[in-house]
Amino acid sequence: MTTRRGDALAAIRYLAPAALVLAGLLGYPIYQLVLISFYDYGQEQASGGAPLTFIGTENYRRLFSDGQFWAVLGQTTAFAAVCVVGTLLVGGALAVLATRVRAVPRSLLFLAALGAWATPAVAGSTIWLFLFDADLGLVNEVLSGLGIHGMSGYSWTYDRYMAFALVAAEVIWCSFPFVMVTLYAGIRAIPAEVLEAARLDGASTWRTVRSVILPLLRPLLAVATIQSIIWDFKLFTQIYVMTGGGGVAGQNLVLNVYAYQQAFAASDYGLGSAIGVVMTVLLLVVTLFYLRALRRGGEELA
Amino acid sequence: MRIGRGLAAATAAVIGAVVAVGCAPVQARPDADAGDSTTGTLRVWLFDEATRAPKEAVVREAAAEFEAAHSGVRVEVQYVQVDSRAERFKAAFNDPKSAPDVAEFGNTDLAGYVAAGGFADLGADLRSWADARDITPSVLDTAKVDGRTYGVPWFVGIRALYYRTDLFEELGLRPPRTTAELVTTARRIRELRPELYGISVGGKYTYAMLPFLWAAGGDLARRDGAAWVSTVDDERARAGMSRYAELLRDDVCPPAQCAQMTGSSSVQAFAAGKSAMTIGGDFNRRAVDAGVAAGRYAVVPLPGEQEGSIAPAFAGGNLLGVLRSTQHRTLAVRFTELLAGKKYQRKMFDAMGNLPTFTDLQRAVAEGQEFQRPFVTTLTAGTRFVPATPTWAKIDAQNVLPTAVQEIATGAKPAPEATRAAAERMNAAFRS
Repeated sequence: MTTRRGDALAAIRYLAPAALVLAGLLGYPIYQLVLISFYDYGQEQASGGAPLTFIGTENYRRLFSDGQFWAVLGQTTAFAAVCVVGTLLVGGALAVLATRVRAVPRSLLFLAALGAWATPAVAGSTIWLFLFDADLGLVNEVLSGLGIHGMSGYSWTYDRYMAFALVAAEVIWCSFPFVMVTLYAGIRAIPAEVLEAARLDGASTWRTVRSVILPLLRPLLAVATIQSIIWDFKLFTQIYVMTGGGGVAGQNLVLNVYAYQQAFAASDYGLGSAIGVVMTVLLLVVTLFYLRALRRGGEELA
Repeated sequence: MRIGRGLAAATAAVIGAVVAVGCAPVQARPDADAGDSTTGTLRVWLFDEATRAPKEAVVREAAAEFEAAHSGVRVEVQYVQVDSRAERFKAAFNDPKSAPDVAEFGNTDLAGYVAAGGFADLGADLRSWADARDITPSVLDTAKVDGRTYGVPWFVGIRALYYRTDLFEELGLRPPRTTAELVTTARRIRELRPELYGISVGGKYTYAMLPFLWAAGGDLARRDGAAWVSTVDDERARAGMSRYAELLRDDVCPPAQCAQMTGSSSVQAFAAGKSAMTIGGDFNRRAVDAGVAAGRYAVVPLPGEQEGSIAPAFAGGNLLGVLRSTQHRTLAVRFTELLAGKKYQRKMFDAMGNLPTFTDLQRAVAEGQEFQRPFVTTLTAGTRFVPATPTWAKIDAQNVLPTAVQEIATGAKPAPEATRAAAERMNAAFRS
């Protein structure tokens, strides 16, 4: 009994510094975020020019009664889903490819991937915009050079779905390297004996992938998926830069850009905080569901 | 399990401590009793410019004159990026210690800054300042919120119609004399020269759209007691917006290209020779002269609905104001009066081409300069302004009007529906 209590105390002592840092860097901002979401808190209030008024859940009521919020939420979910699936597919496929090719092409593949990964989001988005520029972009030049004359002067960011597709492609381009590197390491870490045993048992390649490799990769896949969901749901830079702040008449808004435009740029921090809280809760719920589903599948996060 | 419980207890203790520290969001407490010292450093914030040297030279001259007249005073000028002004000013209001004494700011930002308690009321100071009587009344109005004056207009920015003289001559056209004629002329140009935009304007170029709305007899909002009520869904305002949206069509300026264009991209298209007309300010001259359109363009006032009338222009421009938190109020006011006075406005005009805010000075500069005349004519014909309420900044940030224009232009929504949605958004902002 005493030893167990001693263990617990020791554990607390060891964890205390990390807990304090987390409480300071995460806990306090989240606490302020939640608190501000219950106030009418604009620039006047922040700089002390007007008194604070507690308005309870008024910010949330305003948010939930705004039809545009729901439209943007749905749009964000669909867009993030496409980005997550695309990132996992591209990253996974290239990870498998990397395990199958020789050292030189593999190094080239990694170099290209790391280049995409290292490019800052604003720079990457701007470069993609240049490439797809209606009048001067390389893509339109090449396409019309190939004889597709309809493409000269074609605006990639005008049509709602084309604009979303273009941004999704850019997002996948800059986020697949993480998935690729993670899964590549995972595949490499699978012991050769296990694969050999499967082969000796006469399993086909597909069967090996399904029954041996994927279950062993599951923890890594879970990390990659959760990371991607969180990243893509919170996307801001790419949409903001590539669609000029949310597209023609706001048709390409995602939740974060919507929060920025409606609340933070407009100095309505109370409403902005409410959107932030809603996003945090949504992401927590998604992540918890995902973790539970994994646990039911018989695996725990390593 | 034990460990888990211990951790939970520790976390609860930390959260409890944090809750105990403060039960309300953080808020700055501005010093109510700011001093009025007559010596020390006077801090001045001015906006940075693409080419700052001429502005800096004039300001340095003014600072030297001021320092010579006030012993023991040093003027320290800092140049602030226009793009990051919102953050800089918010920070200055939240922390008076990092705030300047005198600052240049855009007149559309004024109402928000005043509501944030950032700027001092200069009404009494202006009454005892001789120069103030000559400030153009409609321009002085842009420095007022609820009847109080919070700044001295330093220069005005007025937009007018730029057109390519060589193209107009070649195609046998004359500068349009009504808004309707503007649309048909623009269409005709694109018909004859399909590689050009008839006029380059954009869905996000609100200050080009507003003259159409005002020329049609509409307005953005009306005062209803203490509150503001949007009037953009009124029939005349809608007609004006629809007229402007007619320019954002495939036969003038295709929405695929123009729906997202802003003021500067519209002017750039004109400067690059991609359009036959644009709506630009006197401050855009340098940008146009840097492009292929240089030397082949002229400027006329933007026409109104009737022949011979001028569409009311938006009275843009910057003010000089004194921060409420200043420790050198008297010095700050004197320096503002010096830099925004006639002598230095004239010097700023010569250096930067900034239009003066004094009626007599405007006349004087228009006489010598062919280029300035249409802008001064537009200015004297009467200008308008956006509602002087801090919520205007919010409506602007929320892209309310660009969204409505884009919806009408692309056909996403018919004009009555788009303007009604815009009016609802505006009213929601006015009420907040």
